[in-house]
Amino acid sequence: MTTTNSLRGSAAITGAATFGCGEAPGFTDIELLARAATAAVADAGLTMKDIDGLATCSLSAVMWPMPVIEYLGLNPSYVDGTMLGGSSFIAHLLPAMRALQAGQCRHVLICYGSANRSSAFGRREIVASRRFLDPQPYEHPYQPALPVSAYALAASRHMHQYGTTREQLAEVAVAARAWARLNPEALMRGPLSIADVLASRMVSDPLTVRDCCLVTDGAGALVLSRADEARDRPRAPVYVLGSATAVWHRQISSMRDLTVTAATQSGAQAFAAAGLAPKDIDMVQLYDAFSINTLLFLEDLGFCAKGEGGAFVQGGAIAPGGRLPVNTNGGGLSCVHPGMYGVFALIEAVRQLRGEAGERQVAGARTALAHGNGGTLSSQATAILATEALP
Amino acid sequence: MGPDLSADRPGGVQARHQAALDEGRFLIQRCSACDRAVFFPRELCPHCGSTALARQAPAGTGTVVAVTTVRRRPEDGGDLNVSLVDLDEGVCLMSRVEGLAPDDVRIGLKVRARVVQHDGRGLLVFDPA
Repeated sequence: MTTTNSLRGSAAITGAATFGCGEAPGFTDIELLARAATAAVADAGLTMKDIDGLATCSLSAVMWPMPVIEYLGLNPSYVDGTMLGGSSFIAHLLPAMRALQAGQCRHVLICYGSANRSSAFGRREIVASRRFLDPQPYEHPYQPALPVSAYALAASRHMHQYGTTREQLAEVAVAARAWARLNPEALMRGPLSIADVLASRMVSDPLTVRDCCLVTDGAGALVLSRADEARDRPRAPVYVLGSATAVWHRQISSMRDLTVTAATQSGAQAFAAAGLAPKDIDMVQLYDAFSINTLLFLEDLGFCAKGEGGAFVQGGAIAPGGRLPVNTNGGGLSCVHPGMYGVFALIEAVRQLRGEAGERQVAGARTALAHGNGGTLSSQATAILATEALP
Repeated sequence: MGPDLSADRPGGVQARHQAALDEGRFLIQRCSACDRAVFFPRELCPHCGSTALARQAPAGTGTVVAVTTVRRRPEDGGDLNVSLVDLDEGVCLMSRVEGLAPDDVRIGLKVRARVVQHDGRGLLVFDPA
């Protein structure tokens, strides 16, 4: 395992912002991104001229850093366009920290924007073109509803192997909604019960529509600054203590064990770099594209033993007032999911650690884990964040 | 090892794999260096990196290890089984089980491979063994 301890706390998130979460009709991807980026840079007490590093990617445009650089008027000395699906923006942290430490740049803008909900025009054509440009010839002929069927297959295996129940899966969605009800930015804020989840439309067994993330618009942006630059900024810096990325496969049929994800690797490496363990983490922001994700990641990141995720979340344990706050903004299930959710997990962790989370604020939170997932449980990226109070 | 009638066809392993399916034959690869079975077809062994991959007809028997029913409207084709099947040779692939209602396909079901023709191309499906 490569040690990244020399990077511990060497960079901090100094600015964070979202824009257009939920529905933003009439906006393009890059307009949403630009609004969030502008707000995040201002939040850091900087101007766009101070931004000399960029990390961004898109589900549609393969050369996405170019139009972003052009649009924002940047001239960065560090550019990262790595595309690992929804884990990307958390995966962007580690190389950015290396670039900051090496003196290649001082402030890296990590940004994303997508009009996934409002630009529904042509969705059928978009799906067809993706299948042509990015073929999966050993899966597509069987017409799985990707990505949901891949996650459903993993859920079926978890249920078979460990006795996980649909009620336990539903508990994840219910907890996310309970948090969302405390978050004015969340799209879905109506009451939701386990019975509601079980009674909702089945999409790909065992996952109902309420086990599936939203399709929203939204943009998120962060500024990552060298620690010595972070102290002069208006907001309390949120330090990155550890971060790691792991990719094991692309197709769900290539996953060696459907109940164990690469989060076991990214999580272990991030914890090792941070010098912390799951018991030290005050709150967890997990990439809940589907309810099964939360169970898998709680297990793989070490918050409970393998197979015990279902029991772990029962009785409101990850809901407001529970033993471990998980997805305190409402997550991808009830808050926002414009195609790639990871940046929003990071931003929620920052808001909580700054004490800016309003009604849903976790009292006294000093540490947070933010975790991204991409593809069909294919790529995993973990970040461990902390306030200044944790040296 | 069965006869590899498609071995002299031009192109990469994907084209040759599909050509065999189109002829009604399902072949998988086995690495001559590490002796492990490989699926999907590749130009090199994902276990050891060797390019010495031979094709062979598998026994065709396997076990359903994960299952889902894709819920579709009747006009879109209706409910559809999608399964992951572990072949006895030790590789996993996506397919569907025919001859059972989608909801009756269970993890642990023993299945047998069959090549069908779909839209003029060979497609691997499974039946209960």
